[in-house]
Amino acid sequence: MHRLEMKIRAANEASRVALIPFLTAGFPSQATFWPTLLDLDRSGADIIEIGIPFSDPVADGPVVEAASRQALSEGIRLENILKELQSTRSVIQSELVLMGYYNPFLQYGLERLAKDAEEAGVAGIIVPDLPYDEASPMKSKLKAHDIALIPLVGPNTSVERMRLYANDAEGYCYVVSVMGVTGARTSLPPEVGATLARAKQVFNVPLALGFGLTNPAQLADLDADAKPNACVFGSALLQHLSNGGQAHDFIARWL
Amino acid sequence: MKKGYFGEFGGCFVPELLIPPLQEVEKAMDNILPFSKFQAELKDLLNNYAGRPTPVTFCPTLSKELGFNLWLKREDLLHTGAHKMNNALGQALLARYMGKKRLIAETGAGQHGVATAAAAARLGLECVIYMGAEDVERQASNVLRMELLGATVHTVDSGSRTLKDAINETLRVWITNQETTHYCFGTAAGPHPFPTLVKKFQAVISQEAKEQMLTQTGHLPDLVVACVGGGSNAIGAFANFLEDESVKLLGVEAAGTGEPGCFNSAPLNLGSPGVLHGSYSMLLQNLDGQIEPSHSISAGLDYPGVGPEHSYLQKTGRVKYSLVKDQNVVAAFMRLSKTEGILPALESSHALAWVFDHQSEIKPGSTVLVNLSGRGDKDMGIIESVLHGQGGVAHA
Repeated sequence: MHRLEMKIRAANEASRVALIPFLTAGFPSQATFWPTLLDLDRSGADIIEIGIPFSDPVADGPVVEAASRQALSEGIRLENILKELQSTRSVIQSELVLMGYYNPFLQYGLERLAKDAEEAGVAGIIVPDLPYDEASPMKSKLKAHDIALIPLVGPNTSVERMRLYANDAEGYCYVVSVMGVTGARTSLPPEVGATLARAKQVFNVPLALGFGLTNPAQLADLDADAKPNACVFGSALLQHLSNGGQAHDFIARWL
Repeated sequence: MKKGYFGEFGGCFVPELLIPPLQEVEKAMDNILPFSKFQAELKDLLNNYAGRPTPVTFCPTLSKELGFNLWLKREDLLHTGAHKMNNALGQALLARYMGKKRLIAETGAGQHGVATAAAAARLGLECVIYMGAEDVERQASNVLRMELLGATVHTVDSGSRTLKDAINETLRVWITNQETTHYCFGTAAGPHPFPTLVKKFQAVISQEAKEQMLTQTGHLPDLVVACVGGGSNAIGAFANFLEDESVKLLGVEAAGTGEPGCFNSAPLNLGSPGVLHGSYSMLLQNLDGQIEPSHSISAGLDYPGVGPEHSYLQKTGRVKYSLVKDQNVVAAFMRLSKTEGILPALESSHALAWVFDHQSEIKPGSTVLVNLSGRGDKDMGIIESVLHGQGGVAHA
C-alpha cells in the first residue's frame, strides 16, 4: 500500500475523515509559509498539498490564482521549494504532495523532478491539467521514485474514464465536487453524492473530496456509501490565513 | 501519429472536467462537419452572408516597384473585416447542430469576438465574450460592436489582463456551462480538437486562393506569406499548398519594438516548447516554465503561444517562420494604403512588411501571394497615435 493511502486509512480507522489542507508555496508570505506549514502539520493535517505557483492556472478560482501570482511576484520557484523541503522534511509528520500545473514541472525536467521530489520526501504529485491521455510520461518517471501521480475525477467523469484512472491509481483519488474551479462555496451541489458513490465503486484507493469545502457540516448530508475518505480544503484556508487567522484554528474546525 | 498531435506538438492538456466537452466537439467534427447538409448550410452562410469567395487582387504599382508579382488574398473583405468569420460561422453552426444554446469565446483585439457575436446573432445563439481588461480599454469600439450585435462582453481582470487571461477565463467558465454552451475557440491553437477544427474552417482561404491563382495566373504562386499570432489565418492560407513542393510557405511573427530582450509575440522564433492552453507548442516562457508577457503593435498577434501545427511545420522545415518589428509594420501599412488603396490590418501588415523588407531575396518575376487577413479600420487609433508621435509604436 502506498504511504499516502496508509495515512488516509489510518485516519479512517480512527473513525475520522483524513484532512488534507492545501497551501500555496510562499503563502501567506515568504517568511510565514514554513511556520504555517508546520502549524498545519502539528495541528492535525494528515497530508499537506503544497501549491506550486503558475502564471496561468486554468483550474483555479480567484483566491488560489491570487495566491499563485503573489508567490511568483515574490520569486517563489519550484527549485527552491524542493531544496527547502529537503532540509525541513524530517520535522514534518504529514505526508507531502505537490500540486501544480504541467508546464513548470515539464520545464524542470520530469526525471529531475522525480529524483529531487523523492529526496525532498514528496509522496505524490497532482497536476490538474494532465488528464489520463497525456499522463503516461510523467507517471512512469514518478513511479520509478515511488511518487504517486494523483488522479482527479469529477461530476462529469464517466465510469469508463474513471476505470482508466483506477487501473493503476496509487495514493488516493481526488474527487472534484463541483463543475467549476477551486474556491470556497457555502454548500456542495446535490450531484456530489452520486459522483462519490460512482467513484467508490470504481476505485480501490481512498477518495479525497475537494473544491469548495469550507466546513465539516458540508459532509453531513452525504449518504454512508458516499462519504469521502479525506477532505481537501484550499481556498477557504487561504482566505482564513489572508484574514489574519491561524492555521491551527482552521484545522480545529475539522477535528 | 498520436491523436491530436502534429509530430511531438499538440495534445490535450486540460483538466479532466473539460475532457467530456472536448470529446463532444471532436465527435461533432468527425460526424457532423463532413455531412453534406452541414456543408451546404455552411457554404450558404459563407457565400451569401459573409461574402465568400473573397477575391485575389493583383497589386500593379507595388509589383512594378518590387520586381515580382504581388497578389493579395482579400480576407479583409469578409464580413466583420477579417478571416475570423470563417471559423466563427463554422463553429456557431456546429454548435447549433450539437444542440447548444450559447457560445462563449475569448477575444484579444476584438475581431474574433465581433465575428462570434455576429455569427451567434445570425444563428440565434446567446453569446458571451471574455476580453482582458487592458484590451477592453484599447479596443473600445470593438466592445461596442459586440454589444450592438447582442453579445455580453465580460471584462477579465486577472493575470496580465490580455488575451491569454481571457482564454484562461473562458476555459474556466466552460467547465461550469458545458452542457448548454460551446466554446468557440478563436485560433488554431488550444487543446485538441481545436487546432484541427479551426484549420478545417480556415482552409477555405487556400482552397479558394489556389483555384483563383491557377485561373488568373495559370500557375501556383511561388511563395505564400501570412502573419502568425495563434496562427489561424496562416494555417488556413497554407493548408492547401502544403503538398505543393514548389510553393514556398512563410509565416511572419511579431517582433515587437525589436530591441534585444524586448517583449514580442514570436514564440516560434524566440521561444521554447512547453504547455499552455491545452497544447504542447512553442511558447514565450522563462526557465521555470512561467508564461512571459507578449507584446505587439497589433493586438491580434499579441499572444505568447502559437498553434501546435505551426511548431510542427517549423520543425519539419516545410514552413519557414520569420519576424518583423513594429516600425516596419507601420511602414508597410502606409505603403499598401498609398499605393494600392487598401488599408490592411496591422496583423496582416506583418506579412506585407516581410515581403517589402526581403525584396532582394525574392526572385524577380516570381509570384508572391500575401494573405491579407483583415482590414485596418480597427487600427485607426493606433495609427493616429503613431503619426502624432505619442509612443504608439511601443505601447499600442
